[in-house]
Amino acid sequence: MASILSVRGVSKRYASGHQALGEIDLDVEEGEIFALLGPNGAGKTTLISIICGIVNASGGTVTVDGHDIIRGYRHTRSTIGLVPQELATDMFERVIDTVSLSRGLFGKPRNDAYIEKILRDLSLWDKRAAKVQELSGGMKRRVMIAKALSHEPKLLFLDEPTAGVDVELRRDMWALVRQLRDNGATIILTTHYIEEAEDMADRIGVISKGELVLVEEKHALMKKLGRKVLHVRLSEAMSAVPAGLADWKLALRDEGHELEYEFDTHAEDTGVSALLARLGELGIGYKDLNTEESSLEDIFVSLVHAPKSTAKGEAA
Amino acid sequence: MSFNVHAIKAIYKFELHRFGRTLMTSLFVPAITTSLYFIVFGSAIGSRMTEVDGIPYGAFIVPGLIMLSMFTESISNASFGIYMPKFTGTIYELHSAPVSPLESVIAFVGAAATKSMFIGLLILATAHLFVDMPIAHPIAMIGFMLLIAISFCLFGFILGIWAQSFEQLSVIPMLIVTPMTFLGGAFYSVHMLPEPWKTITLFNPVVYLISGFRWTFFGKGDVAMGISLTFVAGMLAVCLTVVWWMFKTGYRLKK
Ligand SMILES: Nc1ncnc2c1ncn2[C@@H]1O[C@H](COP(=O)(O)OP(=O)(O)OP(=O)(O)O)[C@@H](O)[C@H]1O
Ligand SMILES: [Mg+2]
Repeated sequence: MASILSVRGVSKRYASGHQALGEIDLDVEEGEIFALLGPNGAGKTTLISIICGIVNASGGTVTVDGHDIIRGYRHTRSTIGLVPQELATDMFERVIDTVSLSRGLFGKPRNDAYIEKILRDLSLWDKRAAKVQELSGGMKRRVMIAKALSHEPKLLFLDEPTAGVDVELRRDMWALVRQLRDNGATIILTTHYIEEAEDMADRIGVISKGELVLVEEKHALMKKLGRKVLHVRLSEAMSAVPAGLADWKLALRDEGHELEYEFDTHAEDTGVSALLARLGELGIGYKDLNTEESSLEDIFVSLVHAPKSTAKGEAA
Repeated sequence: MSFNVHAIKAIYKFELHRFGRTLMTSLFVPAITTSLYFIVFGSAIGSRMTEVDGIPYGAFIVPGLIMLSMFTESISNASFGIYMPKFTGTIYELHSAPVSPLESVIAFVGAAATKSMFIGLLILATAHLFVDMPIAHPIAMIGFMLLIAISFCLFGFILGIWAQSFEQLSVIPMLIVTPMTFLGGAFYSVHMLPEPWKTITLFNPVVYLISGFRWTFFGKGDVAMGISLTFVAGMLAVCLTVVWWMFKTGYRLKK
């Protein structure tokens, strides 16, 4: 498959002197859903803004659909749709007018049927004559999505589309994203929820302090990162892990009050049920069980603190 | 798509729509202001000063009144048109759209200039209720109005890009344009001034604009029409260059 987006050595230093992006290289294939993850301030929005033409890069080149974003801006910008992170719409305009304005801005002739379809897909049709300021926050976000889709983009950027959005809209939104992808669009999204990336994306990139520390196919990544820890709170403290439990890699914590078992959530057999059965056989009583998943934040922390070369090495 | 006509139309329509929301104030304010000027200047002063350069005082001040309103309206409408998206953040869409700088300027300035023309003609119509207004060169009059509307809307557009607060947005019209207009012979002929004020006044470019506009009504102005046109063309050229430079460098538009 051809790559629809190709980023080469893109860097950004803001006027304030802040180096928001190091040198980013990234390729996104046509038709894939790519999730960009990273802690606050990592540079996700900056990278998206450069590709869309909102922020000027300090260095490097970006090619979208075979055209350079500066020299071929007419082509690249009509190819791209953007739902920005911040809600910014004309508050005094009617929903349908602001969506139609977007279509015109992107150089497309008027098409009432298409606009109606988008508004219906986003459950905004009933609100089409309402002023944007009369809508709730979640509905305003839908308006932003409708604007981004108004010119039938091939490449769609969703910058934290699910921030402040309820479960239902989130589900609708992902259904819509899948539908768009099925129709051939490429989607690049950012999110702070790993389940979302896990659910939606084909590939995941992790960006930290302006560096792309990892780009990996989702399943491979989840396997690598999908580790969980089981904590077994013992009824009676023990001084050492009993020999009968040697088959599991266990650690004793909290002065012998707790057994800790780290396992792979994606493994065929996690070993959890066998472990609990064995505890019963050995007559080891426990008061409580809980599992702990390495959170996205933990992953970031480990990636950020790992020396750059290792992180890249792991990714390769 | 070599020229994004759809975008120009979309922005133009959107801007006129924005004006439409405040249509009543946009129309009433100039109409009422004009009437007030007539009552104060036309009747109170005009009754003592019947003629200037052989023109009845009431009619004499009309071109200046129109210019005064068109200057301020052009600047404020055009500057708001581009400042508001910057302020609310909706400018992201313009930046991410396949719209060239020239297309943006045509659309934004075109919409603001349309409104200015409307206001200018409305004031002229209001003035007709008070005085007899001859129009010696109607086509030149409309053409001159159009040039003024475009020039000042361009100036407003630049101001809107430059401004980083609402205060900055209003300070230039209040502190520079209005005083320059009042001192630029809106309500008197430069020939009425004693020296050295007469010479000093000739450094004020607004003098040439008002004089030129007055010429289209009465066939005579304070200075020759050619000089007036040179000033208008000069202003247009300067504004166009500044706008071109702003877009080229992304000045205060892009981070
Ligand atoms: N206009 C600006 N001027 C100066 N620095 C900026 C500007 N915009 C962003 N930055 C800085 O650049 C860095 C990256 O910001 P960016 O918005 O790209 O982060 P992000 O990954 O999108 O974060 P978040 O998850 O919070 O949205 C941050 O340190 C931010 O403070
Ligand atoms: Mg962001």
